[in-house]
Amino acid sequence: MSIRGKAYIVGIYEHPTRKADGKSLAQLHAESAKGAIEDAGLSKSDIDGYFCAGDAPGLGPLSMADYMGLKLRHMDSTDSGGSSYIIHVGHAAEAIALGKCNIALITLAGRPRSEGQATGTAARTAQNTPDAQFENPYGPATANMYAMCAMRHMHQYGTTSEQLAWIKVAASHHAQHNPHAMLRNVVTVEDVVNSPIIADPLHRLDCCVISDGGGAIIIASPEVAKSLQRPRVKIIGAGEAPKHQMGGEFDLTHSGAVWSAPAAFAEAGVKPGDIKYASIYDSFTITVLMQIEDLGFCEKGQGGRFVSDGNLISGNGKLPFNTDGGGLCNNHPANRGGLTKVVEAVRQLRGEAHPAVQVRNCDLALAHGTGGSLGTRHGAATVIMERE
Amino acid sequence: MQSQERKIQAPQPNAETAAFWKAAEEGRLMIGKCNACGKLHYYPRAICPFCFGDQTQLQQASGNGTIYTYSVMRRAPVPYAIAYVTLSEGPTMMTNIVDCDLDNIRIGQQVRLVFKPSDGGPPVPMFTPA
Repeated sequence: MSIRGKAYIVGIYEHPTRKADGKSLAQLHAESAKGAIEDAGLSKSDIDGYFCAGDAPGLGPLSMADYMGLKLRHMDSTDSGGSSYIIHVGHAAEAIALGKCNIALITLAGRPRSEGQATGTAARTAQNTPDAQFENPYGPATANMYAMCAMRHMHQYGTTSEQLAWIKVAASHHAQHNPHAMLRNVVTVEDVVNSPIIADPLHRLDCCVISDGGGAIIIASPEVAKSLQRPRVKIIGAGEAPKHQMGGEFDLTHSGAVWSAPAAFAEAGVKPGDIKYASIYDSFTITVLMQIEDLGFCEKGQGGRFVSDGNLISGNGKLPFNTDGGGLCNNHPANRGGLTKVVEAVRQLRGEAHPAVQVRNCDLALAHGTGGSLGTRHGAATVIMERE
Repeated sequence: MQSQERKIQAPQPNAETAAFWKAAEEGRLMIGKCNACGKLHYYPRAICPFCFGDQTQLQQASGNGTIYTYSVMRRAPVPYAIAYVTLSEGPTMMTNIVDCDLDNIRIGQQVRLVFKPSDGGPPVPMFTPA
């Protein structure tokens, strides 16, 4: 049994706010849901499946189903951090294929900017995991965990800070066209490598933004999709996998994409070279580089060469990525960038991306996420979508 | 840049890990060994993460290792070096590199075990250039 062609993405919405002082968390979820339902041309009463993750208030979907007044027959709160919503796309397609629901809603929202979170640099303090007592004393934050991956990748493959900088440069070229993007100035390789070091070898401009916001996705059965007056985006493959420390035997130069991507490509029946546009999780520049290798867009260790010289810039390079500006420049709502990755991929497949970054004849796209921490344990999720 | 004193968050031992932290109080670093498959693992646990055998024990590590990777957190109020060190016995563990010039840390460097006091808990295993 496969999900290939069993479900369609029929509605998307990215909340325009980047600083939501005057709004509650539940409100941001619900406003995002409303936007996606309207984008699809549906109404709230059509929703019979709901997916959310740890950013939603309360226990799983219960508080948000209550707040939004949803009547459901299927719910799922799989949480793998920022990649959760890419996993939800696959799970929603499975649920629809099995007849467990017909029209599924996925929401994300958060207010880390209003709440003044030091997302990247604050040392971890949560004690509720078995690993905490063996890690927290050493000051693991978000930035230094990804930095250790970058350091090892540089050591093993000769990757340079200048090569990593090209990823930010490409994102900034795209963000200049997005009126909602937090950072719209085009930057150069020199700008990136001359910005202050946060955690060796990562600079400030190697890191994503901290933003408030949210987003939502509507997934529906083929029958529903065909009844709507929207371009049809078909889900054709999905894969997911956790990567962790495996008892102390691990390699920090690859991500869980080495498992999630082959599963998604096999289900979709396509190859990396067929992909016209890719949304690739960009918490840090190193995240993008490692995922590009692990997704199969280039040989392992060649990511630095692959991303250089504008190869990720739409209209210029071979692999246009994150044409909304991504987490590096546009938006990283709730410190979780997976949902917006799917949203921009759908815009590209519909032909609704900004004309300056729209990929021509974009009929096959991929969205991939890494949630949790690349340097300890994370959930990788890949979804492949086709314009029908 | 010379490393400075940083307040070290106290580990919170539980019933499964009490013996590990008691050994730490005595200056010994313990790793997990599975009596069923014979493999070593870190962090130590009651169930082997490789074969799922439930007869595991603690084995004292030599305290010698090699830096697998590291990063100096320049942005912290007191910069510090987080690292993964591969123990000579095999498993790789998260740690800090201390008592050295933070600018001279290198991947592949040989290191040896030192214990540092935590803020109200047992001492924590760290490493310094050998």
